[in-house]
Amino acid sequence: MTVNEARGMRSVTEAAREVAIRAGAKPRRWGSWYVAEHRIRSMRSYLRTIIATSIGNPVVYLFALGVGLASLVDRNVGAGGVQGVSYLAFVAPALIASAAVTVAAEECTYPMMMGFKWNPIFYAMNAAPISGKQIANGMIISVLVRMVPTTIIYFAVMLAFGAVPSLVGGLLVLTASLTGIAVGLVIMPYTASIQEDKGQMAMIQRFGILPMFLFSGTFFPLSQLPVYLQWIGWISPLWHGTQLGRVASYGLAEPAWLTAAHIAYLAALGVVGWKLTQRVVVRRLNK
Amino acid sequence: MPAPVITATSLTKKYKEFAAVDGISFEVAAGESFGLLGPNGAGKSTTMRMVGAVSTRTSGDLSVLGLDPNHFGPEIRSQLGVVPQADNLDQELRVRDNLIVYGRYFGIPLRQISKKADELLEFAQLSDRAKSKVDDLSGGMKRRLTIARALVNDPKILLLDEPTTGLDPQARHVLWDRLFRLKEQGTTLLLTTHYMDEAEQLCDRLVVVDKGTIMAEGSPAELIRTHSSREVLEVRFGSERNAVVAERIAGAGDRIEVLPDRILIYSANGEAELVKLTEAGLDPITSLVRRSSLEDVFLRLTGRSLIE
Repeated sequence: MTVNEARGMRSVTEAAREVAIRAGAKPRRWGSWYVAEHRIRSMRSYLRTIIATSIGNPVVYLFALGVGLASLVDRNVGAGGVQGVSYLAFVAPALIASAAVTVAAEECTYPMMMGFKWNPIFYAMNAAPISGKQIANGMIISVLVRMVPTTIIYFAVMLAFGAVPSLVGGLLVLTASLTGIAVGLVIMPYTASIQEDKGQMAMIQRFGILPMFLFSGTFFPLSQLPVYLQWIGWISPLWHGTQLGRVASYGLAEPAWLTAAHIAYLAALGVVGWKLTQRVVVRRLNK
Repeated sequence: MPAPVITATSLTKKYKEFAAVDGISFEVAAGESFGLLGPNGAGKSTTMRMVGAVSTRTSGDLSVLGLDPNHFGPEIRSQLGVVPQADNLDQELRVRDNLIVYGRYFGIPLRQISKKADELLEFAQLSDRAKSKVDDLSGGMKRRLTIARALVNDPKILLLDEPTTGLDPQARHVLWDRLFRLKEQGTTLLLTTHYMDEAEQLCDRLVVVDKGTIMAEGSPAELIRTHSSREVLEVRFGSERNAVVAERIAGAGDRIEVLPDRILIYSANGEAELVKLTEAGLDPITSLVRRSSLEDVFLRLTGRSLIE
């Protein structure tokens, strides 16, 4: 090889290298959003179901519990109501938080397992410039994209039912979304690690989400439970989210430190779950 | 030789104690079509994943387009087109949308990728299936769509892992034709296969890989010349008699391989060997004289046939 040839060789590689470095900049920066974009495109195929359930759900629940059950409760607890408000106002912050949790749990289970297993698009994304961390981020963004509008619709229906005493209650959209994403991110690292579907998804619903829904001070204050069962509420993100919602909606009286603890607990679950999900996805892709 | 776009030196990948890829070294030049030939489990796919910057090497050096995959994964992948062994198209999206979402991963603007998608569907002969569901495509069509998808970013290097495994002969030929066109346009191809004919059709140069190591390297013709004879006589005497006959004809040709169902006699002149056999009073049930192939090279190098 002559010196000129050697120089030519180097410059060809040099040029290819520079092109690659330039081309990598955009996906490095925006990759998470590209993943979310893909998920949102997929959601379009079940958009009608999404819209129907996000309107139907609050109407059914608020009618059954906030109107039906409330007529019984309000008659029995007397003029003071539950925690000083009507049963409808009491139960509504719990219901909106549960709705957010339901949507988040759904979006954090099946799509995660699908992406590795039944419809293994994560491997395809990763073969393109998208990193494992970005895949995790993008999936989380897409959960939010579906969950936040759901809670906004829920809140609108609550307003129509007269379940929110003041407009400050608009904060419920935030508290419910925080609760939803916290629960979702607790589930996500696990679903991202599932190799074989042995019905784990249904187990999460039956033994995780449902009991949480029943024992998180949703239908009655946690203090009504025997002391030895109250711990369920304390560790339940839904209880923290519900209490936080009650503070926002009708100014439930509780110490400020407790309100801060609700926020801190939910945020901590979210951050830990987020980092863990990233780690699981990165490891699973790097075979 | 033009500048190498892929350089692997003592590349190794270990899973616990097991070395899937055990210190392999090779170079691929720009515009070259390079093959990794070997049986299942030889370490071909693992090598492909390391070159594809999705699997971290355990040791050795690897440079793709002058960049180290450990630090420049997204940059390298922005220049690659990857056709994996198992199709991983998005079954929830339609054919054309599969190309669109994939193009977005490279940061290609929507308008640009939209135009590109139509060109690629044309190239993959799938224009009339643009709105079909992925599930409704045949195996060959899915493969072509996967190849089209791998081309959305005009890759410098195309990685193809067993591109035609599981396809019928006609679908394979259509695919080879498309790959040949890409090669003509100057795309560097790195492919793995356990099909000899595929390697002979598509590869300028290849390495024979077995148990994570390289057994031989060269162009298909060179490998055949070095490791086999010009012709091969294949004779069958029935599974009972093969072994017995083999003993009697030991020394025929340059070399003999006894397989469970047939005997291979390697020689420059297969017809002459057949005449000798019949003169010795051995009447094979069937006989066939053919040119030596990479299969024979593999058999010679490893003592095993490629598809077991």
